Amino acid sequence: MKAVYTVANLKQRYGERQVLDIPELTVREGEILTLVGPSGAGKSTLLRLLAFLEPPTEGSIRLTINGDAGEAPQIPVSLQRQLAMVFQRPVLQSRSVRANVACGLHFRREGDIRRRVDAELERVKLTHLADAHPRTLSGGEMQRVALARALVIRPRVLLLDEPTANLDPHNVGLIEQLVREQQERFGTTIILVTHNIFQAKRLADRVALIYENHLIEMADAPHFFDQPQDVRTRGFISGQLVY
Amino acid sequence: MSLDPLVLEIVLRSLHVTVGALIFSTVIGVPVGTWFALTHFPGKRIFTAFIYTGMGLPPVVVGLVVYLLLSRAGPLGSLDWLFKIEAMILAQTIIATPLIIGVTLSSVLSVEPDLRRQLRALGATRWQTTLSVLYEARFGLIVGLVAGFGSIISEVGAVMLVGGNIEGRTRVLTTAVVLETRRGAFDLALAFGIILLLVALLTNAVLVGLQGRSGRSTP
Repeated sequence: MKAVYTVANLKQRYGERQVLDIPELTVREGEILTLVGPSGAGKSTLLRLLAFLEPPTEGSIRLTINGDAGEAPQIPVSLQRQLAMVFQRPVLQSRSVRANVACGLHFRREGDIRRRVDAELERVKLTHLADAHPRTLSGGEMQRVALARALVIRPRVLLLDEPTANLDPHNVGLIEQLVREQQERFGTTIILVTHNIFQAKRLADRVALIYENHLIEMADAPHFFDQPQDVRTRGFISGQLVY
Repeated sequence: MSLDPLVLEIVLRSLHVTVGALIFSTVIGVPVGTWFALTHFPGKRIFTAFIYTGMGLPPVVVGLVVYLLLSRAGPLGSLDWLFKIEAMILAQTIIATPLIIGVTLSSVLSVEPDLRRQLRALGATRWQTTLSVLYEARFGLIVGLVAGFGSIISEVGAVMLVGGNIEGRTRVLTTAVVLETRRGAFDLALAFGIILLLVALLTNAVLVGLQGRSGRSTP
């Protein structure tokens, strides 16, 4: 399977503080890779780096989509627009839900926006709130708007930073279903950061444990959960890793 | 006092100077304030302190400096703007620009910082991100315009110095109030004052109305 991301000797420091050190990482086209690990391990930092939202201190991140390639810190806009990221805390603009979902399409100057946005709102079950202002939405609804805003642009790579943190089971189920559907229907490569080991089990093709700023172990999901190689992975899976 | 052509002319001249200066200070102030807010550079705090100090520039001092610049012996004397509308607009622009920069700066800084990152993660270019941030800061920007309009139309010291309060050429509402008060024609001075207040009230009502509409709009 082709590699979408090729990461080598990646180091990220904020001032004197090293927050990430990953010698090697490859993300395969069309897979769901979940990054698991305790808070502060560096998962979200890695995701921001993979979204090219900040430059790495050292090392390289190479993105290849349909033969087009780019490397951090600056990739072409056309390649950047193949990516979309959903943050743990959704930040919506102070305009209607429909306008929020449409913004990525406007950025790309694409057509048929109204129909596509309405179809996406139906997909995330928010048609009835299309004209609502974000301040009237619940946390789960806001996160679904943020997800719809990312999905409507049909990204080749979708980066999700704890999209279901603090949500109720109904919203968690809905978002997980959308994530799976996105991969199956559109072949989107999905990198999902989660605390939730059960969510990783439900969704992942491959799982990577990030612990104390290092990539400890990465394997196919069944192998990761059933035959973990590292003692820290075993500890994380069994819930004994204190964080 | 009837609304004779002379009074109407003074009102229109006041609006001419105010709107002209507001346009120039907005064209300069909004991009500069946005750039200050969104860019990190060494000495940014010092520049910001200068901007905030500039928001309180004494208008008479600005008038004096513009007067010296535009006087025949001054470096801009060849423009021949002194005691003309152009000099008044220039002075008012200098007074209002730091205000517009300062309000833009604080309005843009008050927008959720993660929004820029979020928009970039959705494929926005730097320009599209900036425009979206300005849209989020629109309420503060309108407040800046209202404040700028108010400070320009009510200013008297600088326009008196560089305009000269010449009848039929540079007399505006504020300088007319000063002149009629000095003459002891208090009823006329009061009438000009009331017109000044009404113009300010009407214009601010329009701007606040715009603010309300943009608050309800769902593009």
